[in-house]
Amino acid sequence: MSSTPRTLYEKIWDAHVVARRDDGTCLIYIDRHLVHEVTSPQAFEALRVAGRKVRRPDLALAVPDHNLPTTARRDSTGGKIPIADVESAGQLAALTRNTAEFGIRLIGESDPEQGIVHVIGPEQGFSLPGATIVCGDSHTACHGGLGALAFGIGTSEVEHVLATQTLLLTPSKTFEVRVEGDLPAGVSAKDLILHIIGVVGTGAGTGHVIEFRGRAFEEMSVEGRLTVCNMAIEGGARSGLIAPDAKTFAYLKGRPYAPKGEDWDKAVAWWTSLATDPGARFDKSVVINAADIQPTVTWGTSPEDTVAIGGVVPAPESFADPSKQEAARKSLDYMGLEPGQRMDAIAVENVFIGSCTNSRIEDLRAAAAVLKGRHKAANVKWAIVVPGSGLVKAQAEAEGLDRIFTDAGLEWREPGCSACLAMNPDKVPAGERCASTSNRNFVGRQGPGSRTHLVSPAMAAAAAVTGHLTDVRELT
Amino acid sequence: MKAINHVAGRAIPFGRKNVDTDVVIPAHWLKTITREGLGRGAFEAVRKEPGNVFEDPEYAGAPILIAGDNFGCGSSREHAAWALLDMGVTCVIAPSFSDIFSGNAFKNGILTVALPQAAIDRLMVVAKTDPIDIDLETQSVTTPFQDRFTFAIDAFRKHCLLEGLDEVGLTLAQDTAIAAHEHRARADLPFLATTSRAA
Repeated sequence: MSSTPRTLYEKIWDAHVVARRDDGTCLIYIDRHLVHEVTSPQAFEALRVAGRKVRRPDLALAVPDHNLPTTARRDSTGGKIPIADVESAGQLAALTRNTAEFGIRLIGESDPEQGIVHVIGPEQGFSLPGATIVCGDSHTACHGGLGALAFGIGTSEVEHVLATQTLLLTPSKTFEVRVEGDLPAGVSAKDLILHIIGVVGTGAGTGHVIEFRGRAFEEMSVEGRLTVCNMAIEGGARSGLIAPDAKTFAYLKGRPYAPKGEDWDKAVAWWTSLATDPGARFDKSVVINAADIQPTVTWGTSPEDTVAIGGVVPAPESFADPSKQEAARKSLDYMGLEPGQRMDAIAVENVFIGSCTNSRIEDLRAAAAVLKGRHKAANVKWAIVVPGSGLVKAQAEAEGLDRIFTDAGLEWREPGCSACLAMNPDKVPAGERCASTSNRNFVGRQGPGSRTHLVSPAMAAAAAVTGHLTDVRELT
Repeated sequence: MKAINHVAGRAIPFGRKNVDTDVVIPAHWLKTITREGLGRGAFEAVRKEPGNVFEDPEYAGAPILIAGDNFGCGSSREHAAWALLDMGVTCVIAPSFSDIFSGNAFKNGILTVALPQAAIDRLMVVAKTDPIDIDLETQSVTTPFQDRFTFAIDAFRKHCLLEGLDEVGLTLAQDTAIAAHEHRARADLPFLATTSRAA
């Protein structure tokens, strides 16, 4: 055994090396492969053309989420409502066909467990600490919240994993993001990760995996950790990681795919050994003081364009880098904002609570706590709550959260990716703003011309109530 | 994969930083089950900007794209690489690339060339009037004005690109090592090696 102190990332990596090349590139075994309708059809087609099989169909799990509409899926007599968009219907049919042909389990669109792939993985106990997890979706980083090495891949890599259960990878550099101290009251995991991306920038994690360390993450719920790691990719890192601990184990125990009996005990012992050793070296580190963080929102068209809710829209000249100044000018023009405008005076016409970042039960509880006994403002035309899975939906309904949302004038939807990415009917109209709990405020992300302000679930709920971006702490 | 050694021709002087893959190909184009035809949706929003380089007939059919830092960030969609190929681009030059995009580009035989910003600035000027030449064998970018910039590339990737190798085929040849890992994992990490679902 090596006595050199190792990071969490290095321990997981070492346990998955199938073969090592002279240049350091390794063939890495993949333990879990999540599959959805958008990035898989061309991979299955390539297998078919080459006459190849799926090596380990038992290590893959498929679920449709990206282009599935979130409106009712059954009519009053229980009959299936067909999907109007022909291309979407075709892609969904291809997933059903491909998974059946290659023997992969599909949680289908009418299955009560259907949901967003990154909500399903942890919820089913399919995603586990110490596992290598891939999916043809960049937000696969999410599963790092359980202490898994999880990352997004392209369709050619989906094909490679289906055929070989491995990927040829160059080891990443390690990036420690250490948050000192405790988060102030009213500041959530989403505020924290938005703040972190604002500090480090969207390119900082390129070539790196981030390990989030410090008491703020230890104190955080597993749902919060999933939110944080989900957005590691917005800091440029293909993976984010948080060491698994007793909270992780309690979250997973008893879930459908979680190990059982003797295997569970063996798993917990190994998972416990994965934490970064004292004295292990990171290639780079940043330290952030939790006490400095306020509820955080974005003003521009990059996830690094963050500001505290009490702040103002920055002036492009305030950035040192001339190309960032130019980007900020373009962003402000697109967003229809002026430097110096107060963030909490920006009116929103749309509110979206959902996405793989913020659609778990804890997120819905946080939004409901703000909306209880209140109603959305008259200028908010469209406000939807989209649970991350059928199981989250059922849990929320059992707790009466759906009634709180509908009483407040918000729509309660079926699970899916929804307004996060404008490839299903849920879109934000051109020129309108949306307070959104999703992960990307890119140009056109929520629909052509849409203007996104990324926020936490509680902040989205507060914006729905007042009709403008609002410090949720003023409502509680 | 088609072998690639030399790319020569006009270059689109885009130059923008942090170009995300939603910009390269918006989500509503992703509902396809083939790899072809995505060039029509490439840079859809940028094409609506007055005076943009993608609508400029000067650069029609150009095989090279020049961009700023962190090209291809955001979504993992390989459709971004397919869209570039479909519009005829087989080489992208930028100061840096997102990890996922550079992998996707490589797997589709698109050469990603990382050069310092100063070199990019120079190539942006040249591209407005003259062709650029990229040679993978010598790892160099040259112009008709005697500019010569060399770039680094992973030796394995270079080999695959020059030979047009099928990576899946190469890995399948390592079946013995993969099976050995699976055997070890069943003993040491049985909870990862298989899945079983409670009723």
